[in-house]
Amino acid sequence: MKKETISSLVARRAFLRRLGRAAACAGAVAGTGALGVMKTVAAKNAPASGAGSFPTKDYDWTKRRWAFGVDATKCIGCLRCVEACKRENDVPPDAHHFNTWVERYVYLEGEHRPRIDSHHDPVNIAASGSEKEYRFANRYKDAKVEKAFFVPKLCNQCTNPPCVQVCPVGATYKAEDGVVLIDPKYCIGCRYCVQACPYGVRWFNEAKGVSQKCYWCYHRITKGLQPACVEACPVGARIFGDRNDKQSPISQFIRNNRVQVLKPETGNVPNVFYVGIDKEVV
Amino acid sequence: MEPLIHYAPYLGWVYPNETVIEWSVAIVVYPYITGLVAGAFTVSSLYQVFGFQRLKPVAHLALLTSLCFMFFVPLPLLLHLGHPERAFNNLLTPHLTSAMAMFGYFASFYIVLLMVETWFAFRPFIVEQAQRRNGLLGLFYRLLTLGSYDLSEKALRYDKKWIFWLAIAGIPGAHGLHGYVGFVFGSLKAREWWSSDLMPVVFLFSAIISGVALLIVLYVLSCRLRRIPIDLGCVKGLAYTVWAFIMVALVLEGLEFANIIYKGREGVEMIIEYVSGPLLIPYFVLQFAIGAILPLLALSYMIWRGTTGKALITGVTLSACLVLLSVFMMRWNVVIGGQEISKTGKGLLEYQMTIFGQEGLIVAAMLVLAPLVMLVGVTRLFPPWDDAPTPSLVSSR
Repeated sequence: MKKETISSLVARRAFLRRLGRAAACAGAVAGTGALGVMKTVAAKNAPASGAGSFPTKDYDWTKRRWAFGVDATKCIGCLRCVEACKRENDVPPDAHHFNTWVERYVYLEGEHRPRIDSHHDPVNIAASGSEKEYRFANRYKDAKVEKAFFVPKLCNQCTNPPCVQVCPVGATYKAEDGVVLIDPKYCIGCRYCVQACPYGVRWFNEAKGVSQKCYWCYHRITKGLQPACVEACPVGARIFGDRNDKQSPISQFIRNNRVQVLKPETGNVPNVFYVGIDKEVV
Repeated sequence: MEPLIHYAPYLGWVYPNETVIEWSVAIVVYPYITGLVAGAFTVSSLYQVFGFQRLKPVAHLALLTSLCFMFFVPLPLLLHLGHPERAFNNLLTPHLTSAMAMFGYFASFYIVLLMVETWFAFRPFIVEQAQRRNGLLGLFYRLLTLGSYDLSEKALRYDKKWIFWLAIAGIPGAHGLHGYVGFVFGSLKAREWWSSDLMPVVFLFSAIISGVALLIVLYVLSCRLRRIPIDLGCVKGLAYTVWAFIMVALVLEGLEFANIIYKGREGVEMIIEYVSGPLLIPYFVLQFAIGAILPLLALSYMIWRGTTGKALITGVTLSACLVLLSVFMMRWNVVIGGQEISKTGKGLLEYQMTIFGQEGLIVAAMLVLAPLVMLVGVTRLFPPWDDAPTPSLVSSR
């Protein structure tokens, strides 16, 4: 009886020793693995694709570093950019799906918070007469306005895009030239990216069953053209170009102004640079 | 016909694209069902692994419940996808940085584990039926034996060992699956209401209480339908389990909310306005007061007073129903609530549930009820009943 107890104790100790060794090995492997995994999954995504000519033979995306500038002091809220974008990119002509939109900030006398509106505001829809026409209603004509300005919004093509991070199938990815693209033939339509974007720039195309967003008119910029909204802007409030080219409009815009980005605390590192916005702009 | 897209009315300032609320009631049902799977599996494991003898009468029922609900877990997601036919892309080319990428693997692994464990648990019954029955049903059982008719003591001991280890592997499996659902929400920094480190554990504990509560209701209901006495010891065991876990769930949910309010980051004013306005009833009244605190008090009272007999059964069953409601409301308040608070931190939206359609109320209700219908069928084929209660504890019906 006693002998049996002792032998079982010995066996148990041996088992525990083996278990300990196995755990140590597993720990070491897991530790090394975890370091690698950490780098991969942290919200700092490497470009998805390597060098090469894409999407046209004349375009090399490794040579470009696109960026966008918005000079809010120039914007007059005419919304030609919105109309141009809707037409160019086949965005549903309603007040709830936008690749780009314009926000209006109005501080009335005696008020500390701005009144903010955009095209989805029922008052603006009523003023234009249709969801397909975009116009700001002249709703403050009888009020004493202290300060007012417009802020165009569009996809920030973040350096660390949370939308790319969360896509379960890799249908959205960051191109070498900095633009975040979506493969509509691969997107499963789960809309996780729509949730993950802190700027609300992604939307879901019900008819096509895929997520969509602004991609700085990639089909145009890869052919040497400007994005549709930039071309349509009558006052030059939208600036676009290649940061690799020191003399490009965007390089000069960033160099000559004190620029800021939206929601920098998210760590997304946006690539749309703003001039002339207010602390209330999010 | 209802229009395809519903625009959400809003107050304050919200981004234009936010006026379409993208995650609907289908995505509320998804974590609810997953939670029931994890919770039911916990009950089964409490018996299989930790030897809670009191839960023996529901151990097999818990396993079947878990299995039936697990079959329906992917369905709300598939109904929600813009391209369900591409769902397998998730398995073929998982994008590993996505919190959602592993879902397919987790779910498949877990379904297989549940099926294997159920097979081992019901093997003696399957063999017996295979030898006894003829016709189509006989063929069905004979196929299920997988050619193994050995019911010797050695073989059964071997089965037991498998069940034990599968149950052990299933605990992190089930809980990982559900904690991971919490991570899908908790890891998003775009929404203050979701972005919480506590989210996975909050999901986990609410899952456990929902599963145990479901088992209470199913057990009592099945005994009534089968006209057999209810094992009071089992009901008590389940009541203790739900009582203990509800406490943890409440503390965690309270802490999560306290963290948001106390830290008071940008946009907290909107959150306060939201919870004290539109969310007052769904959140404070239904989820917390009626769904969690009331059953906790009722269970505490019954445990303290040593309530027994019919009163215990009624009290525990009612408490369980409230817990089931509370957990559903928790899922609703997370999924829908998160989207009703604008990413601008300056506005609130209002989700308008559709009645008909792929992501409407009727389909959502069917998704919750379908596993129960399947369970009725499965219990016919594989009776999980263990009708040998401890004589002293039998209710005097």
